[in-house]
Amino acid sequence: MVDTEGCVPLLRAVELSRVVDGKALVQGATFTLYPREVLAVVGPSGSGKTSLLRLLNRLDEPTSGTVYLNGVDYRTISPRELRRRVGLVMQVPYLFPGTVADNVRFGPRQAGIILSDKAVEALLARVGLPGYGDRDVTHLSGGEAQRVALARALANRPQVLLLDEPTSALDEEAKAGIEALLQDLLASGEFAAVLVTHDLAQAARLAQRVLVMEAGRIVRSGPVKEVLRAGSAFP
Amino acid sequence: MLVRLFPDPLMLAAVQAGVTGVCALIVAYLAWRWELRVEREIVVALGRGLVQVVLVGAVLLFIFQGPFAVGVLVLGLMIGVAGHMAARRAQGLPDAFRVSVYSILLGSGLLIGVMVGLGVIETRLPVFIPVGSMLVANSMTTVSLAFNRLRGEVDAHRGHIEAALALGASPHVAIMPYVRAALLASLIPRVDSLRSLGIVWIPGVMTGMLLGGSHPVQAAFYQFVIVALILTGSALTAMTALLFMGRRLFTRAEQLRLR
Ligand SMILES: Nc1ncnc2c1ncn2[C@@H]1O[C@H](COP(=O)(O)OP(=O)(O)OP(=O)(O)O)[C@@H](O)[C@H]1O
Ligand SMILES: [Mg+2]
Repeated sequence: MVDTEGCVPLLRAVELSRVVDGKALVQGATFTLYPREVLAVVGPSGSGKTSLLRLLNRLDEPTSGTVYLNGVDYRTISPRELRRRVGLVMQVPYLFPGTVADNVRFGPRQAGIILSDKAVEALLARVGLPGYGDRDVTHLSGGEAQRVALARALANRPQVLLLDEPTSALDEEAKAGIEALLQDLLASGEFAAVLVTHDLAQAARLAQRVLVMEAGRIVRSGPVKEVLRAGSAFP
Repeated sequence: MLVRLFPDPLMLAAVQAGVTGVCALIVAYLAWRWELRVEREIVVALGRGLVQVVLVGAVLLFIFQGPFAVGVLVLGLMIGVAGHMAARRAQGLPDAFRVSVYSILLGSGLLIGVMVGLGVIETRLPVFIPVGSMLVANSMTTVSLAFNRLRGEVDAHRGHIEAALALGASPHVAIMPYVRAALLASLIPRVDSLRSLGIVWIPGVMTGMLLGGSHPVQAAFYQFVIVALILTGSALTAMTALLFMGRRLFTRAEQLRLR
């Protein structure tokens, strides 16, 4: 599947909908994500941003529509394989009890890969936590925990990283730190990302394109600068 | 004194029941005299208890005379009712009744079968039915506790479970920590009762055998047999119930249900 721009889409959502108890959480969402691109999703609270993100790694089942990953319908890919390729970092890190290294090793171990100490350390250094491997996760600060969640997701070498308000549970200082880290990681071009955020300025700093959601629908989309200038009229 | 007046054991038991009943009625009379307003409750409870327990005795008298198949039928019915009661504690866990019945059937039923085969449990119905029902009842309580706890764990740890799935974990790996917690919680009462056996309490079977004039050490061994069977059966039941239920919490596309 080759797009009009001549670029092969990495991920393509087609008419994605999810209806729960008669309520449409997501309705007819169609969009494309290109390699190395960062796509922001913004919109008021309750507009369906998280619901959309959870459809992209099939943590929830679409009521209709589907997603193509590298041109392949994601329902034909095993959910575990799909989720290794499309990683997710949530608002809250949800670290597993144990050490930081245990958490970083978790994903690869599910695929039968045991990361070496060196590989773990390299991942931790990338997220700004060198030497943290043996620490118990219960004693981490909010910002450190979110960095571990990022390292844990990166350990699977995803093609797409889904980020659901990764800084909104943090204080200002930690928030700036995580955002700088994200800027770094995203610039590496190793993966594309879909970034859900409340913060329009953050969307403008990190993303190239943006989708605006309202009541489950994508109401505007396009290059970040145009869309956010045209109508930034939501809280 | 009563023994000499009533040599027939059935008659003796009835008179003993009468004597305790009269004592209770005297207390009820005092309550009425002193205007404490509990006389009605006492009298009604006494009447009910007497009728119920004698009825059960009469039914057992009838059942005990039947063939072994009757015992199997009775236990089968008990397992059905037990499954229903356990499922009521499942608070929306999917397929709770079926999972309860299957696991009680496997945990208690299979264990009872093996023990009957080995001769640890006698096939005489006066032994088979009460011992079997004790196993079933305890398995039921254990499944109730296990489901109740599993439900609580899943509610409290939905984020962790989905984080594991999102990292490519199988549903089994994602749910296992909470299955383990639920198993442990459901078995604690059983383990504790084994631990305190004979020290804090002299349980029913042993009491019965002692009252019946058995050798205390023989009674003790048999009581251990019962409590050990209860622990084994309950553990097997809870493990099966939790593993079955753990799988049913996820869709075929490995998504957590119950959102
Ligand atoms: N499983 C569910 N069942 C029913 N309704 C749900 C479910 N999940 C979410 N919703 C509802 O769907 C709507 C969209 O929720 P969603 O979490 O996707 O919004 P959001 O845009 O991420 O909001 P926020 O910015 O507050 O995170 C909300 O009204 C929410 O209450
Ligand atoms: Mg959200």
